[in-house]
Amino acid sequence: MMRRRLFSSRGNRYGGSRGFSSPEMRNPERELFLFQRRLAVAGVLVLLAFAGLFARFVYLQVFEHDHYRTLAESNRIAIVPIVPNRGVITDRNGVVLAQSYSAYTLELTPAKIANLDATIDELAEIVDVQPRDRKRFRKLQDESKNFETLPLRTRLSDEEVARFAVNRYRFPGVEIKARLFRQYPYGEVASHVVGYIGRINDHDVERIANWDDAANYKGSDYMGKVGVELSYERELHGTTGWEQVEVDAAGRAVRTLSRTPPSSGNNLRLSIDIKLQEVAEAAFGDRRGALVAIDPATGDILAFVSRPAFDPNLFVEGIDSANWAALNDSPDKPMLNRPLRGAYPPGSTIKPYLALAALTSGKRTPQQTIYDPGFYQLAGSSYRFRDDKPGGHGTVDMYRSIVVSCDTYYYTLAGETDIDDTARFMTQLGFGRESGVDIEGELTGTLPSREWKRARFADKKYREEHRKWYLGDSISAGIGQGYNAFTPMQQALAIATIANNGIAFVPHLVKSVINLKTGEERPVAAQPSHTIPAKPEDVAVIRNALVGVNKEGTGATAFAGAKYVSAGKTGTAQLYSLKGEKYSASKVDERLRDHAWFVAYAPAEKPRIALSVLVENGGFGAQAAAPIARKVLDYHLLGAAEPGPAPVRGAKEADDESD
Amino acid sequence: MSEFLTRTWEALTRRIDNFLFGCALALVGVGLVTLFSATDQSVARMTTQVFSFGFALVLMWVVANIPPHKLARAAVPLYVLGILLLVGVALFGVVVNGSRRWLNFGVARLQPSELMKIALPLMLAWYFQKFEGRINWKDFAVAAVLIAMPVYLIKRQPDLGTALLIAASGCYVLYLAGLSWKVIVGLTALGGAAGPYVWAHLHDYQRERILTFIDPTRDPLGAGYHSTQSSIAIGSGGVIGKGWLNGTQSHLDFLPERHTDFIFAVFGEEFGLIGNALLLVLYMLLIGRAMVITANASTLFARLMAGAITLMFFTYAFVNMGMVSGLLPVVGVPLPLVSYGGTALVSLFIGLGILMSVQAHRKLVTT
Repeated sequence: MMRRRLFSSRGNRYGGSRGFSSPEMRNPERELFLFQRRLAVAGVLVLLAFAGLFARFVYLQVFEHDHYRTLAESNRIAIVPIVPNRGVITDRNGVVLAQSYSAYTLELTPAKIANLDATIDELAEIVDVQPRDRKRFRKLQDESKNFETLPLRTRLSDEEVARFAVNRYRFPGVEIKARLFRQYPYGEVASHVVGYIGRINDHDVERIANWDDAANYKGSDYMGKVGVELSYERELHGTTGWEQVEVDAAGRAVRTLSRTPPSSGNNLRLSIDIKLQEVAEAAFGDRRGALVAIDPATGDILAFVSRPAFDPNLFVEGIDSANWAALNDSPDKPMLNRPLRGAYPPGSTIKPYLALAALTSGKRTPQQTIYDPGFYQLAGSSYRFRDDKPGGHGTVDMYRSIVVSCDTYYYTLAGETDIDDTARFMTQLGFGRESGVDIEGELTGTLPSREWKRARFADKKYREEHRKWYLGDSISAGIGQGYNAFTPMQQALAIATIANNGIAFVPHLVKSVINLKTGEERPVAAQPSHTIPAKPEDVAVIRNALVGVNKEGTGATAFAGAKYVSAGKTGTAQLYSLKGEKYSASKVDERLRDHAWFVAYAPAEKPRIALSVLVENGGFGAQAAAPIARKVLDYHLLGAAEPGPAPVRGAKEADDESD
Repeated sequence: MSEFLTRTWEALTRRIDNFLFGCALALVGVGLVTLFSATDQSVARMTTQVFSFGFALVLMWVVANIPPHKLARAAVPLYVLGILLLVGVALFGVVVNGSRRWLNFGVARLQPSELMKIALPLMLAWYFQKFEGRINWKDFAVAAVLIAMPVYLIKRQPDLGTALLIAASGCYVLYLAGLSWKVIVGLTALGGAAGPYVWAHLHDYQRERILTFIDPTRDPLGAGYHSTQSSIAIGSGGVIGKGWLNGTQSHLDFLPERHTDFIFAVFGEEFGLIGNALLLVLYMLLIGRAMVITANASTLFARLMAGAITLMFFTYAFVNMGMVSGLLPVVGVPLPLVSYGGTALVSLFIGLGILMSVQAHRKLVTT
């Protein structure tokens, strides 16, 4: 009955806006009627409002259901990457040079911690936190996004882990994690080869973003920064695994839903023989320099020395500023990879190659001789290009020119040879271009030519006469000075190519990549890259002369009593322009003294090792560099370093000794 | 003996409106079932809520047995007490979460705005009853002042949500008392026009809530978190829901305040659109019955009081479900009869008791 009245009242067309105030409205029936009408209006509004709610529910639960279900799932499910075990790096005999081990770290998430300093102070009461740790943490914090989790302490002891576990409730945003650490058991030895890993920084993130397997780095905090750790990063890294976990709103994992295990990175077997490497590094003593030893038949790099070096272990967890300053500011430049990034004038080591070029072009025969009065003069010039030996070597053929390292022979040759022809030939030996070795950062050095000089002095501040090639340029280039600048790697490659009868390989530090799962060992291509355009009989002439160097020439002292036949060539790279003056080492500042070179291979008939040695500011190659080569060859060929003449510092007056 | 029992039962249930009571019981049942899930099967919470419910039932029974004209006598004292307490809050109140809403009496803390939820409509209904038949614009002006005082006091606590709800309860009485449509339309228009002015005088957190309501994603972890997560909960429930105790949003802690103000999100997630529709039907049945009671009430006081209670019941339900489903900004309003919380349950059952009293006493008072 009530309802009927309500409904009938709706059709009523009485003025709805009238209030109770008008006198005729005093009738209680009428008042009740108006009240009920208002109630009915309210009822309609209630129905409309609930219809609106229902429409909203339909929208959320039917039309947008998929969207919200996805959101709920992504709320609920977190994909947690599982970082794979990084591959192990060994030397050619399986000696471990870089490995990962698991240890506990104390990690803080700054975004979840209100008062970071106070928290660290409190933590310091439980675990050992040194000022150094704080400094490093602050540095990491500056470099990272705030929501990242950063290590305060690494390698916690079991006792520290236990103590923290008990106090855990006091430290929201602090946790203990088991993490893999990289360790380099040999420290400084071969550090320029192995390199190191470090925390991924913004620059690395950009780099990774361009890789097709960028997703593989989702959980990774570390990557290779230098050396084979960098160049073989993607072999070593492994495939990241994933765990689907159900998480609550605080991000705590409640349970694991599914798991895809990670697969470990591949192991690297280097071509380096770490024992040989140690012998080579020790041979340098405290001198600066580089050594590259190559197996000429394969391109395997047997030793790769850059002295001084650094301890890669310092870099893994972020190097502290004191150590970094020590390494970075040292005038000895321990961070410089000298075999690849040090370009030095080759000095006389260039002579055998120029002789080979002359044989190949027909400019010289082995028997052809010149007379060396002790200097060389260009026609129409009074300037004398001095020979090292005052008074000259007399009559010199090609063999003697190499054995005694006669400058005048090569001045004369250079005067007759076009520099561009020389450059073309030298390129085939690997000079002036990258060797293609499998770590990054290689320099090309300088192999002068007309084109090169024009490009070098292209800048507006130079005039045309600076850009022009002069015959005088050719003469000084003819004995390996002038514009020439080669890296120890290029020198090693060239001598290895001669040792291998002109067949060149791409040198490589990694011998093979080993897949742990399948056990498959994939060798890094050891195919010859090319053969130089020289006749075998011409190469034989040069090889014969190089053997002569160590038998009766500039290398004879260093190789006296060797139990094998070796070939070599000394070189001295001038840093200080002598302007016709006699070189006197004692008068020249140590840092301006000549660089000493020695290139060699042995055994002479069937070479198993070819190498280049550079001793910075070492003085004469024969004195400073050749003895190092001797030690390395002895160890490699005989198994132990023979007692030989000790290398001498170039400081000694040695004027009568030609290089 | 059995006759005694029958008579006792009859005496107990004489004033109880079965239909209204049935709906309320069903809603409380829904609340307990959902609460069990929302609290991760906490028996303690269930027990507390059941005790509150028992206490609320007693109060409902008591109120239902008080005839409306006797209730009217309490109007002025309650209202005056309420105002005094609100002034007391302003002077000596305890600050909780940045708001001064509580009075500390040593044993218990009292939130006087809760009392006002009943005292204001009671006062207004009493006032209009007193001047029944000769109500003119001056009475509406007086009523406006009666509304404005508590609303202002509560608003400056600050508790804008409650202030608005109490203002609404007063306005319902005005509307039902016959406030001219012209005035209603005019005030609404004025209110709209005053929007920018009000905006300028809002507290930052209030503005934040409104902005966040318009676009919850602007601060998904902060102010928009509630609304975003509850929408996800309801939406992911789909048509049939994830099943009782199976809501992921609720059980993995993504839903805040999920056993109190946001319990509807748990319900919607676990019981889906079907559950929501059933809940809406239950509320409509309850409100519908309350409207019938209101329409049949015999005095103006009873009508206004019953009408205000009915509409407030609707308002709470609508605002809560609207807020949880992302239709309305987040205001602290529990879902009537369903949300966990003794105070709300007690005052709601007192409201139901008044409705029952109105229904039960209509013939007695009718002349």
